[in-house]
Amino acid sequence: MSKLFLSCDEASHVCDKAQYNESTFWERLKFRVHILFCNLCKQHSITNSKLTETMNKSKIVCLDSKSKSEMKKCLEKEMKSQDANH
Amino acid sequence: MPDHKIDATKWIDSYSDYLYNYTISRVSDSEIAKDLVQDTFFAGLKSMKNFKGEASERTWLISILKRKIIDYYRKINSKKGKAEVRMSYSSDSDDEGEWLEERVEDQSYKNAEDVLENTELSVAIYDCLEKLPEKQARVFKMKTIENFDTEIICNELNITASNLWVIIHRARTSLSGCLEKNWY
Repeated sequence: MSKLFLSCDEASHVCDKAQYNESTFWERLKFRVHILFCNLCKQHSITNSKLTETMNKSKIVCLDSKSKSEMKKCLEKEMKSQDANH
Repeated sequence: MPDHKIDATKWIDSYSDYLYNYTISRVSDSEIAKDLVQDTFFAGLKSMKNFKGEASERTWLISILKRKIIDYYRKINSKKGKAEVRMSYSSDSDDEGEWLEERVEDQSYKNAEDVLENTELSVAIYDCLEKLPEKQARVFKMKTIENFDTEIICNELNITASNLWVIIHRARTSLSGCLEKNWY
């Protein structure tokens, strides 16, 4: 019950969930209260949000696992046929 | 045989995301990008003997990929390709929406500076992701880039939700630190 309802561990968990829009309204409220008193968590929240912003801005992409496993299959086949030729 | 060993079986896990990300910012079509990445791995397999180990494997693969991308543009910009494009535009002139969309996809019509910065940024993110333990990077990618639900990731990787959040937390902390040093 220290620092009004949330411990720092709980607060950082809420903060992480919030980055993926998975925190509830009540959790966010408690988090707001927490960072009124806790500078460390406040700072962490700022860097955490900055990372989310950066990730969104970068338009970064990656391959889905299905394409990856297909690629793997093709590559392994190619490797086998190459081995056979040598 | 050169003294360094290349393990091509690890290529897909280690480099495919990076190469795909690099390609997609240049060709803007996911199927073509996938093909180009695949071609790059094949070409790498063929010329493995010539790899001297002076550069990192990733740099080497990127240099192959760059040539593949240039070849691709050369092909679609050949006389035959141009004629085909012009014909298709004039024949269905009423379909204006599609025409515009296709033009936007063209690289030269994009805001070059934005593209450049986004590409550099995603490269920086991948550089940082490579420094994370494999599992952290995997979970983070699935959650943040592929936007999978927590449940789906937990099922696929056979971890609990609290496990996932611990991994995400660690990944985010290291990533923030790394980007702080190398990007911001």
